[in-house]
Amino acid sequence: MTAMQNVSLGAHYAVHLPAPDDFAAWRERARGLVQCDVPPDRVSWIEPGATGDLFAAEGPSRGDKRLPPPPADAPPVRASQRFLTIARSAALHSDPARFGLLYRVLWRLQRNPRLMEDKADSEVRRLEELAKSVRRDAHKMHAFVRFREVEEEDGTPHFVAWFEPDHHIVRAEAAFFMRRFANMRWSILTPRGSIHWDGEVMREGPPARREDAPGGDPVEDLWRSYYASIFNPARLKVGAMLSEMPKKYWKNLPEAELIPQLIAGAQAREAAMVKAGEREERVRPATLAEVAQGAAACRDCPIADCGTRAVAGEGQSGATLMIVGEQPGDQEDVVGRPFVGPAGQLLDDHLARAGIDRAATYVTNAVKHFKFTWKGKHRLHQSPGAKEIDTCRWWLDAERAIVRPRIVLALGASAARGVLGKTVSISKARGTPLALDDGSELWITAHPSYLLRLDGAAREEQTALFAADLAAVRERLAELTG
Amino acid sequence: MFPKVPMQQTLRQKLEILADAAKYDASCASSGTAKKNSLGGKGVGSTEGMGICHAYAPDGRCISLLKILLTNHCIFDCHYCINRKSANTPRARFTPQEVVDLTLNFYRRNYIEGLFLSSGIVKNANHTMEQLVEVARILREEHDFRGYIHLKTIPEADAEIIHAAGLYADRVSINVELPTTAGLTRLAPDKNAGQIEGAMGRTKARIIEAKDERKRFRHAPRFAPAGQSTQMIVGADGASDTVIIGKASTLYNAFGLRRVYYSAFSPIPDASAVLPLKRPPLLREHRLYQSDWLMRFYGFAPQEVADAAEADGNLPLDIDPKLAWALKFRESFPVDVNRAPKEMLLRVPGLGTKAVARILASRRHRTLRLDDVARLTASVAKVRPFICTVDWRPTLLTDRADLRGLIVPKSEQLELF
Repeated sequence: MTAMQNVSLGAHYAVHLPAPDDFAAWRERARGLVQCDVPPDRVSWIEPGATGDLFAAEGPSRGDKRLPPPPADAPPVRASQRFLTIARSAALHSDPARFGLLYRVLWRLQRNPRLMEDKADSEVRRLEELAKSVRRDAHKMHAFVRFREVEEEDGTPHFVAWFEPDHHIVRAEAAFFMRRFANMRWSILTPRGSIHWDGEVMREGPPARREDAPGGDPVEDLWRSYYASIFNPARLKVGAMLSEMPKKYWKNLPEAELIPQLIAGAQAREAAMVKAGEREERVRPATLAEVAQGAAACRDCPIADCGTRAVAGEGQSGATLMIVGEQPGDQEDVVGRPFVGPAGQLLDDHLARAGIDRAATYVTNAVKHFKFTWKGKHRLHQSPGAKEIDTCRWWLDAERAIVRPRIVLALGASAARGVLGKTVSISKARGTPLALDDGSELWITAHPSYLLRLDGAAREEQTALFAADLAAVRERLAELTG
Repeated sequence: MFPKVPMQQTLRQKLEILADAAKYDASCASSGTAKKNSLGGKGVGSTEGMGICHAYAPDGRCISLLKILLTNHCIFDCHYCINRKSANTPRARFTPQEVVDLTLNFYRRNYIEGLFLSSGIVKNANHTMEQLVEVARILREEHDFRGYIHLKTIPEADAEIIHAAGLYADRVSINVELPTTAGLTRLAPDKNAGQIEGAMGRTKARIIEAKDERKRFRHAPRFAPAGQSTQMIVGADGASDTVIIGKASTLYNAFGLRRVYYSAFSPIPDASAVLPLKRPPLLREHRLYQSDWLMRFYGFAPQEVADAAEADGNLPLDIDPKLAWALKFRESFPVDVNRAPKEMLLRVPGLGTKAVARILASRRHRTLRLDDVARLTASVAKVRPFICTVDWRPTLLTDRADLRGLIVPKSEQLELF
């Protein structure tokens, strides 16, 4: 007896499956159908809840025939491992045509066992697409399920989540959550059914509604804070976000409600940075007059808004020695020249004693404006901050590029930072020159105003060190200029 | 200046400061570690090979791990870093227990895959590293946490402490920060290239040792089963793409790194003035990742990627490096998809590793026509000028001088700030 004799010719079979995700049942029926040699166009697959099969409903001649048992000598049904892997996933897809497609491919596999390798085949391709979207849905479920904690009557915590999958993946993915949260009591509710784990046993439940899940969890506030803070507004890539986290998931993600305001904030920030970024387009000044002019108009740091004037550097372009101070003081601001106050006079004395001609040097400051606070009627000096020094470095760099000194003498830590861009310790850095990128040398010593603040032995000691530093610079100058 | 010491920060304020401070680390991967789950244990957690991105921020980046700093106080003064000593930024500090509680609370609600913990350097490198290890120890030993842990290690710390980190963590990383030693000396004066590479070398040796031991003893402790990675900042110093690619390739070879991350120097609030005036376009970072992929999965040698660069040593921004290479070496094309070896198919712009695998499998069954190729690839229009099939030969296309103009995407991507 051959297979064909066992089934009525032209009969149509409507196969009812017990559950939309029951791959095992499909596999068993499909195996029998192949053994009975029933071609794909004579089978329709009906899952629960579906409206039924059009052909099967047409008339008694095409009704749901009971499939006879396969003939004893029917060859075993074969399918490649690859087909099984793909079919297991594809069977969970919500496309009603999936079981028919699976059967068609299984049917063809009997004649062409390596059909799955032919990726250009349209049915193989479609099957792979179905499997891929199921895998993606499962992956998104792993990612986007959000548990909310509720306390049960016995005082134990219960974690409950609401999730809306696109495909029939809930039962298949229960194991993932069991392995991950093995020692937690949890439930995942979905419109396609629910699963519950109590730490030992997995139970299945009927489809649920959103209202069945808890409405919130106090930890979500912390999570939202984290989400907002880890976002880098300097790089907005909304498209990249949407492709991985499409809007359909947003309604069940507590953090997603922040997205519109984060995007709006980033755009406002971007506009502010465009304005601030104008500095970047600025052309570096080419002459000392341009530096003086530019610094006078500069409003890049808050010191410029103190109502003081910018005190430009003074001296020759091409001077061998450039002396850098911290910032203009009260007197300097009044006169508009660097180092004319008490510290300036002390500096002049020391320069004269060391044999350095101030007129042959270029004298300037790391910060061009005077920073102060009012104390009664007096303007009290305040040290500039690192940020302010770094901002003003733009002008100092320009001066160095124009003057091109062989030696830069930095007076004090602020001046050293203005030249180097980093903070150094005077006591460690003094006495030995540092090589600068442009080939010049940086010598670092204390600021003369430091000497003015000391008394007695300390002052004598520091004065001697200061004088020694200037003498060393003098000597080095002589060496360089030969 | 007023030191910013708030009276008493709440947990939420600390989280905001320390997550904000951590966002410049590009890595958030949670993949490629040993499989483990919480069945039979006391706590939570599983890692099953594939990483999971639990959320995406509007910057397009995946949020897989709770990525935070233990503290953003730092005794170092690296110019590109928002947490440098001289930056005027609010500071905060978590206790190890606070980080543990946050991690577990987030994990139980399925927000994250695990923890990526880094830190500013307080007191000294050893003290800081010990604190990081303590967090991992509490998670693993006291809570039997079996999720993913990525610890940033501090190269200046003692080797024993770094070793302890690798025993608890899935992945350890040490940032090389800048592609050139000169750049590092200038922008990160407290760091030392030799020390960084020394620590990476020791970590590599430990990883190999531990793998070897596990082959012989089933219960030998794992050491960083997800390997080590590193990060390079792009655009903070003058290094060209060619230099960066060369450095990355050296790092992959010398230290067996799983990943080199490229982070386009991102304008940070309160930036140091030593940094360049021009920001690198985000696209540059993308092109570097593409060239990284070419070396790791497409069989390109570093020199070949460098060949695709323009005269200034940088990769073109308007087209991807593979297309750039193909346009420069037109004599290698068209490639016959029915006959060409895998290595040549991988060179065709528009064919990814998966498409190549599909072509190789399909052509055993049929002689491919252009329609078939269209089904196997994402965009046949991009592939067409570089291949031939039984019914297609791009004789005129491949030789056209204006081919680049025909292929380059017309719409210009707006540069983001």
